[in-house]
This record gives sequence, structure tokens and C-alpha cells, in this order.
Amino acid sequence: MSEIPSELRYTKSHEWVRNEDDGTVTVGITDHAQELLGDLVYVELPEVGTEMAAEDAVCVVESVKAASDVYMPVSGEVVVVNSDLADAPETINDSPYDDGWLIKIKLSNPDEINDLMDADSYEAEIEED
Amino acid sequence: MSKKTVLYDKHVEYGGKIVDFAGWQMPVNYGSQIEEHHQVRTDAGMFDVSHMTVIDLTGEDVKPFLQKLLANDVARLKAQGKALYSCMLNQDGGVIDDLIVYYLEDIWYRMVVNAATRDKDLAWIDQQSSGFDVEIKERSDLAMIAVQGPRARQKAIEVLPVDVVEAASELDRFYGSQCGEWFVGRTGYTGEDGFEIMLPDSEAPSFWDGLAEAGVKPCGLGARDTLRLEAGMNLYGADMTESTSPLISGLGWTVAWEPEDRDFIGRAALERQREKGVAQKLVGLVLEEKGILRGHQRVVVDGVGEGETTSGTFSPTLKQSIAFARVPKQTGSHCQVEIRGKLLSARVVKPVFVRDGKAV
Repeated sequence: MSEIPSELRYTKSHEWVRNEDDGTVTVGITDHAQELLGDLVYVELPEVGTEMAAEDAVCVVESVKAASDVYMPVSGEVVVVNSDLADAPETINDSPYDDGWLIKIKLSNPDEINDLMDADSYEAEIEED
Repeated sequence: MSKKTVLYDKHVEYGGKIVDFAGWQMPVNYGSQIEEHHQVRTDAGMFDVSHMTVIDLTGEDVKPFLQKLLANDVARLKAQGKALYSCMLNQDGGVIDDLIVYYLEDIWYRMVVNAATRDKDLAWIDQQSSGFDVEIKERSDLAMIAVQGPRARQKAIEVLPVDVVEAASELDRFYGSQCGEWFVGRTGYTGEDGFEIMLPDSEAPSFWDGLAEAGVKPCGLGARDTLRLEAGMNLYGADMTESTSPLISGLGWTVAWEPEDRDFIGRAALERQREKGVAQKLVGLVLEEKGILRGHQRVVVDGVGEGETTSGTFSPTLKQSIAFARVPKQTGSHCQVEIRGKLLSARVVKPVFVRDGKAV
């Protein structure tokens, strides 16, 4: 059973979002997503300063098996990327909610966080799959 | 309706992540594909390959029939038990399937063909056999376990039945031996030493447990793919298909042109291609930048033309991405591959990346 921390918010496309309460959020992929993908071997991160709308493809994570897009959970500007992942993409497998975070986004519309799923809804969502 | 091999319950018991493969419920990994890959390169791993199709061909005409059916020549099999890799071609010289054939007796050969191509292969073989005294029998009663890696033979021998051990211990590379209802071949699809063992379905689950106790780790189809790619072994349906000839698929070496009067299916078409000169070749690529090569990516060769990757992956041994690509014949030592709109540079190499655990 995959881990779904209760303090985070989630998307249907398996990103997690942590509200840092300073107008920014941290984003990664869920434990369930990393299990589905298998061993990660490459991460393509966006440039800092990239501005995108919610649901735009912002990163690519590749496992041995396949490439998968990661989508913006909310609209905003990418302000920090986890560049440690370039040499250690397996960190996402080992620690999807901590060291394996992908990007930090400065929200352009803070209300969008309320549109995301809570842990219970996400758990129900992945049980349907 | 998805099929299960006799080892399905074992896969679930051992924590296999099950996926659909060519209509079969098969384990893609048992946790980490990369760990399973290294396990085979450095020690011993086992794969359930019972979904593959085993066909026994018997009868007075079996040798002349196979000399017509296959692009490689079974007359090269002089010693009992010897195995041969071959393509089975259509009249246009396209590849219907690739396979291994073992010479067991003068009137008995055994072929192993791909799971995904089972139906069309059996139909084709049956159709071509008219006029030959040959019986074609699918051996769906047999399970098949590939035990691969530098310590695979030693560990398998510990658990093989007593009456199989002696024959198995004496096998040279690329030979097989029938021992009662069991068959052991010193063959594989990983670039490592090892056995491919066929055995009655009913005995497979306990043999699987025995191998596990001897320290042979279960490995999924995911690792099987990265291992074969590193070893430079083609995958049917990706690296060659019915619309590509062996001559542009890195498989020219498997076509037996001599004797000239052996009229195998597809020969006339291949001869025309050879006279005209083929325009493409299959090469290996090593990506020189970060990223992962996959099948069907565009390959650009400066001043020469374009090609396409046929299969690609991350190589756990080289820790770089590798691929096979079909490129113009004149391609030199470098090319570029388009990944998500960007051209990345790659080195063109012979399509063998790793052999017996070491980078080539």
C-alpha cells in the first residue's frame, strides 16, 4: 500500500503539493506514481523562471521502462528546482515526499490550492484505477 | 482473456508486479528492475518464459522442411543437441519471427518462437508444411525457466533432478539436452551464461522454489529487456518486423547463403536486395548527453540522411542510455537523436554493449 501523507494535496495525475504558506508550494510525484513507474533513471527539470498554467506539462521523469510527464498542479512561476535529482533520479523512488521533491512554484492564484484533492480523495482515486 | 503461466501464483507470492504482455499476465519486476538486472550480470537470476511457444517438429522430412522454412540452415547442426538462431521469412524477405531451433534427433527438432507471434507462426508453419512428412506439435504442456548469470549454472545444478544433472553439467554453450521429460539448453537472452530449462508444468512451481532457495533471484520481463539490449540481441516486433529484411536488421549473419541451391522461403527476395545493395543498417547508439533513448525516435546523420531508433533504454551496466537504430548505410561514428524536440548527440557503435558482465 502506498504512502499518502495527510497534510499534502494531490492531483489526478499523481502529483503532490505542499503549501509552504508563503505564497509558494513544493511539488513532487506521489509514492503511488513512483511505484507505477519503477526505477527512475532521468529527470528533465524546467528552467527557473518558467511560467505555466495548471495542467501544463512542466517536467519529464523517466524510468527504465517509460517516460512520463509531470503536470503543473497549480498556475504560477517555477522558482526553485531540485537540481540534485540530475545525478540521483532514484531519490524519487527512495523518498518521493521529501528529498525527491521536483520544483517549487510561486502561485499566481492562491485559491487554486483549494481545487486539489485531499489525501482521502486521492486514496479513493487510486483505488479506482 | 489474459492467460497465466503455471508459475503465475509464484510471481504473486514473490511480489511480482504483474502486467499484460502479449496476452499473458507476466511479472515486469519484483521490486526493482535495475537490481534484477545487476543480479543477472553479477550472480544469477531466473525468468519465467513459459509464455514462449515451444514447437516439436518430427517426421522423416523434418530436416528438408526446416531447410525450406528457415533462413539459417539446420544442416549446420551436425552434433546432437546443437542450437541454431534463425529468422523465419516471408516471400518478400520480411521477418515473420526469430527463433531458436535445437537438433535433438534426425527426425526430431525443437523450436522456440515468440509468444506474441504464436498464432501467425503456427499458421504459417502449418501452411508451409504441406507435402512434407512432418508433424508439428505445440508443447503447451511445458513450462520454461531461464536461469541466467555467471553463477546460474552452478546454482541450477544444485537443484536439477539427479537424472538431469549430468547432462546439464556437460553442456557446451549453445547446446541442449533432452533428459526424460526435462530439457536443458545452455542458451539465453541476456548475454550471460546460463540455462533455459523446459519441464512439465506440474513440476515447475517446486523447481522455482528450489532455485530461489539456492539463491537464484526472480527477475521480471523489464530486466530481460535491458539485459538483451545491452547484449545486442534483437527484439522481434521492434528491431525487425515483417516489413524489414534481416539484411537491414543486423541479422545478415543468420542468413545461410550456401549451399546456393537451398531454396529457403524469402531467398529470392534477399538475393535481389543483396544485388541491388541495401541502403540501411542496424547500429548501436550510446547517448553522449543526459536523457533516455526509446524506440521510434528520429536519428539525424549530418550530410548523410535520417534514420530511426528501433528500441532503446537506460543501460544499468553502462549507466548511459543505449539504443538500436536503423540508419543510412553511410552513417559514420556519430549521429544525433531527437528527444522531445531537441537534438542530442550519440556515438554509433556495433550493437553489442555488454558481454559476460563487462562493457564492450
